Amino acid sequence: MWRDAALVAGKDLRVEARSRVGVNQVVPFALLVLVVFAFALDSDRDTLSAVGPGLFWVTVMFSGLLAIQRSFVIESDDDARDALRLSGLDGAGIFLGKAGAVAAQLAVLEVVLALGVVVLYDVHLHGPVMLLLTCLAATVGVAAAGTVYGIIAAGLRVRDTLLPLLVLPVLAPVLLAAARACEAALAGTPADGWPWVRLLFVFATIYVTFGVVAFGPLLEEA
Amino acid sequence: MSLLGRFPALAGVDLDVAAGEVVLVQGSNGAGKTTLLRACAGLAAFGSGEAEVLGHDLRKDRRAVRRCIGLLGHATFLYDDLTVADNLTFAARSAGVDRSAAAEAMARLGLDGRLRDVPAGKLSAGQRRRVALAAVVSRRPDLWLLDEPHAGLDAAGRNVLDEIVLDAARAGATVLLASHELDRAAALATRTVTMAGGQVTGGLLVPREPIHVA
Repeated sequence: MWRDAALVAGKDLRVEARSRVGVNQVVPFALLVLVVFAFALDSDRDTLSAVGPGLFWVTVMFSGLLAIQRSFVIESDDDARDALRLSGLDGAGIFLGKAGAVAAQLAVLEVVLALGVVVLYDVHLHGPVMLLLTCLAATVGVAAAGTVYGIIAAGLRVRDTLLPLLVLPVLAPVLLAAARACEAALAGTPADGWPWVRLLFVFATIYVTFGVVAFGPLLEEA
Repeated sequence: MSLLGRFPALAGVDLDVAAGEVVLVQGSNGAGKTTLLRACAGLAAFGSGEAEVLGHDLRKDRRAVRRCIGLLGHATFLYDDLTVADNLTFAARSAGVDRSAAAEAMARLGLDGRLRDVPAGKLSAGQRRRVALAAVVSRRPDLWLLDEPHAGLDAAGRNVLDEIVLDAARAGATVLLASHELDRAAALATRTVTMAGGQVTGGLLVPREPIHVA
């Protein structure tokens, strides 16, 4: 399973590195969203600083959707999804590989967005341990849930519009918990943040487990 | 039986193929040739019936079957952003085969020169077809499922394909070949099967020297 996961993740990341869609489109889109929010909320630094964590995670969600959609678009060109079925790779391995590749892209995106939030919103980073654990759990959760719903939508003609409708409500708890945990870390009140971090890890565990079990049959039906 | 919409795409197909055989599946458009090959790969849903491929129950152990087969279909199954070498390496390694098989396949299909590092999306249709064949070769399959394999290949590519099919059969692999190019395909086949309306309507042993399993 782990060998198959590494193979699929390596293939997906190589496709992204060659196509440069992430660098040329997803990252600029994410930064643009941050800038647009800054304009929309006026140039009041206190307001921007206060809502920074929420805006950061909303931007991660929207940008993450693009990465998830992209992960399945590459499998729809020239019936590559049939090739994935025919490969004989373990379904759980394919899931972990695809989710891992999405998570790696999200992690890079979060670093860029964190810099953007610091510069544009004047946010001062505190509580690095809680921030890192929040990003880790939220990233795994978003990537796992997105990959599960990505394969559900993959075989449908309306997949491009259906995926956000399916995924965003599911990711609402991640958005809420990650924003609250980051707010607590930045405010220097970590005790308020740990329950949200635990919730994020529970969410990530549930969706990783579900994906490992269900992705193979879902791929066959897609 | 395999269902296409509400109508059975395959019905009453009873086919037993031995190792080392090259079976030409012929029939008019819509006869069920492609569906038969896809069914053997576990890509077409079965309504009823049984299928055993390479000793594995196709219903229960699709993954084991798929690790041992190579399907050359109408689509090329290539990732446009990956180079020829990357595509073939992924095909080989996903079948559990060493990456050296990809290099051998590239050499055999004449893809080891300047085409090696070209993204698949920048290749011509004929070149993509050649890479798709190389991907099947790099998997070193025990069962070759070739759907119109000569289509899109130039004369040299067709000759290489014929050699590959005969070599595979000599090495003990089984080949199912669906083709409209009957003269060319019949020269490779040890047996022909005729299909119509999703059923096998006829079969013929080709009177030529059989290919012996090594």
